Amino acid sequence: MTMIFGIPIQALLGQLLVGLINGSFYAMLSLGLAVIFGLLRIINFAHGALYMLGAFIGYLLLVHLGIGYWPALVLVPLVVGTFGIAVERLALSRLYRLDPLYGLLFTFGLALVIEGVFRYYYGVSGNPYAVPALLAGGTNLGFMFLPNYRGWVVVASLIVCIGTWLLIEKTRLGSYLRAATENPELVQAFGVNVPLLLTLTYGLGAALAGLAGILAAPVYQVSPLMGSDLIIVVFAVVVVGGMGSILGAIVTGYMLGVAEGLTKVFYPEASNLVVFVIMAVVLLLRPAGLFGRDA
Amino acid sequence: MSEAALHRQRAAASLRLERALIALAIMTLIAAPFVVYPIFVMKMLCFALFACAFNLLLGYTGLLSFGHAAFFGGAAYFCAYAVKAWGWPPEAAILLGTAGAACMGLVMGFLAIRRQGIYFSMITLALAQMFYFFCVQAPFTEGEDGIQGVARGHLFGVVDLGVTMNMYFFVLGVFLIGVFAVWRIVNSPFGMILRSIRENENRAISLGYSVGRYKLAAFVMSAALAGLAGATKAIVFQFATLTDVTWQMSGEVILMTLLGGIGTMAGPAVGAGLVVALENTLATSGFPVTIATGLIFMVCVLIFRRGIVGEIYAKWLRRAEAGSNN
Repeated sequence: MTMIFGIPIQALLGQLLVGLINGSFYAMLSLGLAVIFGLLRIINFAHGALYMLGAFIGYLLLVHLGIGYWPALVLVPLVVGTFGIAVERLALSRLYRLDPLYGLLFTFGLALVIEGVFRYYYGVSGNPYAVPALLAGGTNLGFMFLPNYRGWVVVASLIVCIGTWLLIEKTRLGSYLRAATENPELVQAFGVNVPLLLTLTYGLGAALAGLAGILAAPVYQVSPLMGSDLIIVVFAVVVVGGMGSILGAIVTGYMLGVAEGLTKVFYPEASNLVVFVIMAVVLLLRPAGLFGRDA
Repeated sequence: MSEAALHRQRAAASLRLERALIALAIMTLIAAPFVVYPIFVMKMLCFALFACAFNLLLGYTGLLSFGHAAFFGGAAYFCAYAVKAWGWPPEAAILLGTAGAACMGLVMGFLAIRRQGIYFSMITLALAQMFYFFCVQAPFTEGEDGIQGVARGHLFGVVDLGVTMNMYFFVLGVFLIGVFAVWRIVNSPFGMILRSIRENENRAISLGYSVGRYKLAAFVMSAALAGLAGATKAIVFQFATLTDVTWQMSGEVILMTLLGGIGTMAGPAVGAGLVVALENTLATSGFPVTIATGLIFMVCVLIFRRGIVGEIYAKWLRRAEAGSNN
């Protein structure tokens, strides 16, 4: 068996894949956080809850209505996005003129309510969600065995991340968005409907979280707690990457996922600490974050 | 009457009212254990001190820490361990817990103040979560079980804290000392500088204050007092568990402060009392506590940002103003 640093290469590649999967979700979620923060100046604590909501809606569609994975991949982001739009219209839009801390506190409360409701009805145990038939099984790559669905998650998350990046950097809508991030009053004066832009942005961020949720459903167990465990790690990712750049959020997400996976091979006890340790080191050396512009 | 004389008269009246209210509150607390279940009031007092310590940071320095559970629960662990493993007397164990929380505050604060605003909150949350994972794995915390069966012991080798009333008045003493410390800090020249940082950080910098050091000092003091509350709670309930280091606990202390009134002296204590009472009621009703907590959070942020005490204070100020205009 081939060995690297005294570790069998299969184990190394296996954990690397797990790291890449986790990194995919870190990237998708921190991307959504960065998009929302860029325009709304709100840290969306409910992002983890929206991710959980996405996974759960997918699960409920399957169990109660028999709607499978592929239609759910379209339906779930629509439902979660609509929910996000409702939340923005009813509540968040009233908080823009206040200290951004209130946005954090409101979305924290929202996250508690969403999580509490699902915990009340479904308990804390996880519910399995079967891998769609098309992606069942795995492929032998010669040097390792790759479960097809996991490969799909990595590809899908790359498509989502690059797609969102292109939307923001290369389209007219994206240019409005970037302009409104820099100077909302001026953009409003040019006749762009900024409040609508804010609503759509939050909806888009929520839809991204929901999409990540349904992608995650077959990988992890669908459980009410799946979001809150993840969101705090994603916050650390966001601190490391800095929220100034979309690309930065994506790259940092994958990097930290892989770092976590590798730690699992070499020093398993520290695997759930490593992201936080990296955050502390980055704060010491580069307080603004790896890609950050503002401190 | 001249404007100045009127102002002095009003200030004196408000001081008299304040003193009367404080005296009333202390008398109520002395009488409380004879009317209400004492353990319940002790729990309220521990959380009230925790919330006052937290408010020192949020209300008077303008820093929202999302990781105060690390100090509260960490101190509880240190204190419980010192009593159980080393047989320390309660007062020494509580001091150790407080000192431990202060040291943790120094490290976490040093890292967190390198960023501002929303990032500060996220960093404190992440570091506290790191401490949580550490507590899950470290052998001395005894994992999911926590440190159980911590003896209350004898205070200074004399007073038996196993007697509920002795324990109660000890907790009341700790609470009053802690709150007095917060009051003293807030109303000192140091506290004035903290408030100026809250109002306008850049201006404080341009006036020549090394803002970072003041923030760090406030962070450490707040952490130490939160630790005092947590260590005392460990002695009262005779255990220290993971519950006190979770992010939910950090959220709970924010809720207490927000509900009672951010930046008011009495608000956090009032909020803590209400939240503890509410949780006690809900525990028997079957309605999930998280939903109630989340709803109160949302309502407070949307329409009740001044909190209960803040709202009363604002109303009182408006009336006083209207009175002076006539």
